[in-house]
Amino acid sequence: MKIGEPQDHLGHTHIEILEKTANAIRQDIIKMLLEAGSGHSAGPLGMADVFTALYFSVLNHNPKNPKWEDRDRLVLSNGHIAPVLYTTLAHAGYFSREEALGTLRKLNTRLQGHPHVGSLPGIENSGGPLGQGLSQAIGMVLAAHMDSKKYWVYCLLGDGEQDEGQNWEAIMFAGKNKLFNLTAITDRNNIQIDGMTENIMPLEPLREKYESFNWHVLEVDGHNIQEIIDACNEAKAIYEKPVMIIAHTIPGKGVDFMEFDYHWHGKPPKEDEAKMALKEIRTLKGKIISEHE
Amino acid sequence: MNEQNLNPKLFEGEVEQVPTRDGYGQGVVALGEKNPNVVVLTGDLSESTRANMFQEKFPERFIEVGVAEQNMMGIAAGLALSGKIPFVSSYAVFVPGRCWDQLRVSVCYSKANVKVAGAHAGISVGPDGATHQALEDIAIVRCLPNIIVEVPCDALEAKKTTIAIGEYTGPSYFRFHREKTPVITTQDTSFKIGKAEIFREGENVTVVACGPLVYQSLLAAKELEKEGIKAEVINNHTIKPIDKLTLAASAKKTGAVVTVEEHQINGGLGGAVAEVLAENYPVPMERIGMPDSFGESGQPNELLEKYGMSVKKIKEAVKSVLKRKK
Repeated sequence: MKIGEPQDHLGHTHIEILEKTANAIRQDIIKMLLEAGSGHSAGPLGMADVFTALYFSVLNHNPKNPKWEDRDRLVLSNGHIAPVLYTTLAHAGYFSREEALGTLRKLNTRLQGHPHVGSLPGIENSGGPLGQGLSQAIGMVLAAHMDSKKYWVYCLLGDGEQDEGQNWEAIMFAGKNKLFNLTAITDRNNIQIDGMTENIMPLEPLREKYESFNWHVLEVDGHNIQEIIDACNEAKAIYEKPVMIIAHTIPGKGVDFMEFDYHWHGKPPKEDEAKMALKEIRTLKGKIISEHE
Repeated sequence: MNEQNLNPKLFEGEVEQVPTRDGYGQGVVALGEKNPNVVVLTGDLSESTRANMFQEKFPERFIEVGVAEQNMMGIAAGLALSGKIPFVSSYAVFVPGRCWDQLRVSVCYSKANVKVAGAHAGISVGPDGATHQALEDIAIVRCLPNIIVEVPCDALEAKKTTIAIGEYTGPSYFRFHREKTPVITTQDTSFKIGKAEIFREGENVTVVACGPLVYQSLLAAKELEKEGIKAEVINNHTIKPIDKLTLAASAKKTGAVVTVEEHQINGGLGGAVAEVLAENYPVPMERIGMPDSFGESGQPNELLEKYGMSVKKIKEAVKSVLKRKK
């Protein structure tokens, strides 16, 4: 697919179509959180563009055959942003939007509060307790090497979760073993539950940390779908090192009263807040700007 | 007596002694030859866990993770979720001790087919002292859903256990020991995950043991016989899922039970047996094991003696429980 050229009968470009998808995903995140009555708002909204880029452009996957053995894997380490994973998977066709919007966190649901592998198609790992994703992604990469498989493994990490030492054990291992078919993406939104990351436990200089562990590092605007796709493509051309993409995002992106406010890390909107949020997201056009504009 | 299926030289002075960890090394090599998906990981403890036996034969399927057990458990989960059969090899104080959350979430919750091999279990690690004596591993693993727990009694059974665990699909934990211990079983001794084996039949009391202390339990039973006490000795190698039928039937037959293990008396084999009997056939019971304390440096036999896991203590416990029998 050539980016920048009209892709539908209305003359929209690929990127414009992806932006519409990201917008629909944001709306569904608000709706599902309102229905669930608990869950995380800021992280999922902030990662809507990254998830859209991955599932609608970057990943080699097949929603009709979720266990296809040559599929690219996406490991979600910070499982609390499950709402964006669930809505994206529903939009991609793994299961219905009705299930996504109506059953999150409810008894007997397949959409557990934090993802559970085996419960729901498209989920590659169980996650929630922080710091556990990258190691599992590495295991999947090693299995690919042993089986001479060409699939790529993506791992999404929160920034706050990198307080956990296990991440650095994994980062050290991946650097040592030159795991080229591993692309990690850090959601650099600068918040965690108790406040700003640099106050709770400073991560900076983050880029230099990864580089000193022998990773190749790229930085993108995490709301610029074109940039995200380009970085993922560039990562595929790096053969000597694993790649970390630092995606600079705004927590709560798309909803003014949630943006940058760490209090929205772990709570859902109430009914009036959801109404306001949906209205804002529906009129977002032009506020999330990609390269082509 | 029902010892004909055991090592015929069991009670002779020169009984062969082999560390159970050797059985692990031989077991993973045997599995590796049969199944190309078997993978072995270690955290800087290749030789002492005997993972090096696999490493030498299958270097392309051997993964050195360094001193990073949390990462190692996670990598194993990722391998298992991709169809591999990973064996995580380290000391039992570190796996599961250092990475229980990873075992819980990345492995057990996901039903990832990971095999956790905890070496240097028990107080018989000796001179290294309390920090390296895994005495809580059974308790912290057996409370987790979806995982089985095995404690082989000798090197031969350790090899059989390793192979059986490799052929079983699902999370598994098994522990083995550093020191040479008597070879109790033979190739012909039956072994099946989940099936407790009666190694010696008796009528007056049941001694339920696991690990190398099965040997001390058999010795105690032999000596007790001279005093007219017929003790039944059960090798309860599978702590989970525990063999309720065999345990309850034996308790019903003898009316008194003593458990013997190289583990804290709380939460290990003794706890598991107490749970089964309390619900199915309550009888007077005594537990031999680490008496809710940390160990210390010393020679293995000195430590087993000091902390009450000796033949003498087993005999005392038997006599004590017999007094409580109705």
